[in-house]
Amino acid sequence: MHRTGELYGQFETLDQQRESASLGMWVFLVTEVLFFGGMFMTYTLNRSTYPDVFGEASRSINLGLGAFNTVVLIGSSLTMAMSVWAAQVGKKQLVTIFLILTLILGTVFLGVKGVEYHEKFVEHHVPGLNFNFEPGASVATNAHAQLFFSLYFAMTGLHALHMIIGAGLLIWLIKESFKGRFNPGYSTPVDLVGLYWHFVDIVWIFLFPLLYLIDRH
Amino acid sequence: MSDIQSDTHSEHHIVSPKVYLAIFAALMVCTFLTVKAAEIDLNAYFSGLNIIIALVIATLKASLVVLFFMHGKYSPKRTQMVIICSIFWLAIMLFMTMSDYVTRPWK
Repeated sequence: MHRTGELYGQFETLDQQRESASLGMWVFLVTEVLFFGGMFMTYTLNRSTYPDVFGEASRSINLGLGAFNTVVLIGSSLTMAMSVWAAQVGKKQLVTIFLILTLILGTVFLGVKGVEYHEKFVEHHVPGLNFNFEPGASVATNAHAQLFFSLYFAMTGLHALHMIIGAGLLIWLIKESFKGRFNPGYSTPVDLVGLYWHFVDIVWIFLFPLLYLIDRH
Repeated sequence: MSDIQSDTHSEHHIVSPKVYLAIFAALMVCTFLTVKAAEIDLNAYFSGLNIIIALVIATLKASLVVLFFMHGKYSPKRTQMVIICSIFWLAIMLFMTMSDYVTRPWK
């Protein structure tokens, strides 16, 4: 890993080595798809069972912040893709700059998420003892709204955890990139963290309409 | 081995920043559209049309990310097969589970 552009014995060419690494990352991402898939399954089932309460609960989430975060996260995917490009064409300084931009955008996303979570705490929308969907809500409505918010926190929380891990990986990449480790012959770590980061972006692409945009009309 | 390589190898294809910017722009347009579409009561025309439109746009966005940002379009066939497998397995889980739940007459 640490020796630049080295070809390992089991591979014939650098391209083959690179392809194997990327294939391995994709296999990991398949397990991630199924990991998140279980939650999407639970969501689908509960939303189809309680469509009206899910719509009401969804409307109580801050759409402006959610849309802003979507733009920020897709922007961070762009800067991540650009740092992969910079590594491939050997622009070492640009690699570092784009990685730092990605980290900044990722941090902004997490910060905004924190603000949204705070809003939910203030509104008593966090599942648990103090949960109260709205004044005068029936027991059933409260219970079903709690289902929605449990899914909201579990899904966005797991997504945020992935973002935090991604941010850690980015910090490591930035450190390595400062040392000039990545070049056209060796950019595997940037490529693979890139794949991971884009995957996390895709999860959000589905979470955003499913959680924020139910019956907004 | 090297013959197979030259056939399938395309991983190191370098995608230009112009393509990345175009994809980013397309993703932004899709994000705008999905918010606008949610604000219109499409269910009045066809039951469930709102969620269908939202999922179609999300799938389109995810496809753009996979194909271009993640280089899926330029990956070897075996990598593409792994990508398609993940969608297939997810579809099995969603489809089989829901087909059970929606066909329980006693509920």
